[in-house]
Amino acid sequence: MTADSQWLTFLALMLPFAAAATAPLLTRLFRHNAAWVLALAPALIFLHFAGLLPAVADGRTVAGGYSWISSLDVDFSWYLDGLSLTFALLISGIGTLIVLYSGGYLKGHEHQGRFFSFILMFMGSMLGLVVADSFLTLFVFWELTSITSFLLIGFDHTREASRRAALQALIVTGMGGLSLLAGLLVIWNVTGAGSMSALLETGDALRQAPLYMAALLLILGGAFTKSAQFPFHFWLPNAMEAPTPVSAYLHSATMVKAGVYLVMRLNPVLGETGAWETILPIFGGTTLIVGTLLAVRQTDLKLMLAYTTVASLGLLVMLTGFGSEKAVEAAVLYLVAHSMFKGALFMVAGLVDHESGTRDITSLGGLRAAMPITFAAAVLAAASMGGLPLFFGFLAKEEIYAALGFSNGWSSLLTLVALIGNGLMFAIGFAVALKPFLGAKVETPKHAHEGPVLLWLGPLVLGGLGLIAALASSVSHQFVSSPMSSAVAGLPVTVTISTVPHVGLPLLLSVVTVALGIVAFLMLDRGRALMAATLQTIGWGPDKGFDQALRGLTRFSFGTTGVIQDGRLDHYMMATFVALAASLLIPLFLFGELPSLPAIPDAPFYEWVVLLIGVIGLGAVIYARDRLTAIVSLGIQGFSVALLFMLLGAPDLSFTQFMVETLSVVILALVMTRLRLSPTDHRPTGEKISDVLVAGLCGTALGLMLLRVTQVPFNGELSEFFAQNSRVIAHGRNIVNVIIVDFRGTDTLGEIAVVMITGLAILALVRIRAVKPARATGKEG
Amino acid sequence: MRTLIFRTIAPYLTSLMVLFSIFVLLRGHNDPGGGFIGGLIAASAFAIYGIACGVSPVRRALYFHPMAISGFGLLLSTLAGWLSFFFEVPFMTGLWTKVSVFGLPVDISTVLFFDIGVYLVVVGSITSIALALEEREHG
Repeated sequence: MTADSQWLTFLALMLPFAAAATAPLLTRLFRHNAAWVLALAPALIFLHFAGLLPAVADGRTVAGGYSWISSLDVDFSWYLDGLSLTFALLISGIGTLIVLYSGGYLKGHEHQGRFFSFILMFMGSMLGLVVADSFLTLFVFWELTSITSFLLIGFDHTREASRRAALQALIVTGMGGLSLLAGLLVIWNVTGAGSMSALLETGDALRQAPLYMAALLLILGGAFTKSAQFPFHFWLPNAMEAPTPVSAYLHSATMVKAGVYLVMRLNPVLGETGAWETILPIFGGTTLIVGTLLAVRQTDLKLMLAYTTVASLGLLVMLTGFGSEKAVEAAVLYLVAHSMFKGALFMVAGLVDHESGTRDITSLGGLRAAMPITFAAAVLAAASMGGLPLFFGFLAKEEIYAALGFSNGWSSLLTLVALIGNGLMFAIGFAVALKPFLGAKVETPKHAHEGPVLLWLGPLVLGGLGLIAALASSVSHQFVSSPMSSAVAGLPVTVTISTVPHVGLPLLLSVVTVALGIVAFLMLDRGRALMAATLQTIGWGPDKGFDQALRGLTRFSFGTTGVIQDGRLDHYMMATFVALAASLLIPLFLFGELPSLPAIPDAPFYEWVVLLIGVIGLGAVIYARDRLTAIVSLGIQGFSVALLFMLLGAPDLSFTQFMVETLSVVILALVMTRLRLSPTDHRPTGEKISDVLVAGLCGTALGLMLLRVTQVPFNGELSEFFAQNSRVIAHGRNIVNVIIVDFRGTDTLGEIAVVMITGLAILALVRIRAVKPARATGKEG
Repeated sequence: MRTLIFRTIAPYLTSLMVLFSIFVLLRGHNDPGGGFIGGLIAASAFAIYGIACGVSPVRRALYFHPMAISGFGLLLSTLAGWLSFFFEVPFMTGLWTKVSVFGLPVDISTVLFFDIGVYLVVVGSITSIALALEEREHG
């Protein structure tokens, strides 16, 4: 890759963020028409990546990057093969249409600029995710998609349902992100490869590693939460609280496919093992069935689509895990098809909602005359979703059945699962595309008519693409399907399937699917009632479970806080000092490190006098009748220690000690008056005894520890270094000060930050007005 | 505590102590002293002034909120450390230069500004605590 095109790719990756930064301003200037300007960003990105198609179709890969944190060997790097390039094209291509669609959908919304900003940021994150080469780049973008998705789901933040859905999505995908990080680190450690491109060259190393299972489960933890696999699927339907452009873009076409992308990306190194080919189809298959069944239950257009999205993601995971090259081809075809038709159908649902004021399928009908273009887009998309001949979805479905087949019991079971799932999805797809438009005209909250070009352009283009891509299948295979399948399978694969039906088992199964779909479509109302009754009987789902888990966590923290933080200062002090004494004394005894008694030093008499003053001060603290005397006496003891420091030749220390003692006496006295404590001490005898005990233990412990420290052989290396270099390097004669401000300056910086934060905290505490009346002990006695 | 004598001498005492604290701060590099000790001295000076004459004269005299002084100190110290980036030396490397003040050569260094920052943080934080406590005493 030349430096020039490397720079261009980097620019393409950063462009969405730049566009996001300018979006609010542009929206203020051009209102909703800013969409036309902003859509240029994804369009340019699309063109840039499309320019790389010929190279990738030739089987080459495009890699590049810059050093990011060189000391940790972390790069900002990208790696484009068939898989990531297809994703990049989907993201930027559909992104262009979505930006335009958002322009119409949120026209006149007061925060439209913010919305553009969020969706472009998401686009940048998603692009970064799929082209990322180094693990850290991948992880950072992975988390960014979770965060931007949180912002977008919670866009309508005044509604509680939005906030809950946003938080739920963030928690579920965030936990998955942590799991992914752990998995990537395990892989990094096992194989020594810190990037995808390096990892793909390690061959069997990972599969044979003892930690393979751990890596697999952690990675799948990330992939399954992101791609809403059962039992983590519940956040995706809830995320439909987001404005429809978000549902169309994030929660059908792109973000939720990140997990599938990850699974596909790692298929060459993690796949083809027993565990892989068991776990993935089981979870994927379950998700497919559960998703379609739950979709039948819904009446909201968006929710119906959301559950079929869950189901489609399950199908993709199932196919990727099946293990054959044919299955990989099927997954690739279905993924591309799904991005187009599901994005289109979501936009149709939003358009219907936008124009008619409702998206409840039971209160819609007969819109075909009012909204002909929307109807056309819907039918095109549904035909692809249902897998009718001539459409891209048909290719995908043929390939699915060809891949699974009936070769043994396992594959027959999966074929059956795919058959049921596809049949039900056919029914839901056409229900969404036909029911609102056909039949008798139903009165809707708003008088429906065709939406503006901004709104119908997206669904129409995507729906039409599903037809064109299939008709020109040799071209789309050459540039998209084959390179992508090769990347997923890890070896060169050529996709050949075309729209010309070949008589055989796949076609037969397709016919069965369509028949099944038509039956399901006709019986949809009865099926819905049945599902509703069944769900009523079960009465519990992961969504409820999520709430219960959160409530449990809250209750647990509340309980522990109640026990640990009882709000009584004396308990806190007691706990602190007991812990201090224990942590000092126990090791001394346990490791036999008790100091030997020192000889009585031969000190001049005035030092003894100072010592005596200190002891008298201490005695006065204990025997003082009122608290103020005690505080001042404590000050006397402190001063005598400061004097000793001075006499023993530590002027800086002594100086500081004097000031600290003075200030502590002043502040303690102020606190005492502030708290309006009784001037005398009223502790009961029992409490006094335990206090004496703890105080004595703490004193003894500190004393013993200090004695022991002085008896350990002293390593003078540092003192010598400071003494020698203080003048030479730091131009200061006062070693203490030079250490504080120069040699160990960074420490001091941290310390003064702590001083300031403590000051702020104390200031806040002092300012809090006591809500409850002072406790009995605090009152005047 | 507000005796006449105390109230009369407190302003002078405070001025002297603040002056002394600056002296201690500046001599710190070669003789006992430095930003931390200087800051403590100045903080006690303001605390004394507050006890003697009430909190509002101190706040007026300080002009800035003590916490703002503290924050400025932290910023100053950090910036003094950052200056080393412009000379492509590691963070917090001491940089020295000689300037002439009224014909006298004076050594100026990032270390000095760092120490002034320490001084301001200590003065600001402790003064704001002391003043807050004193305020409530009369409030």
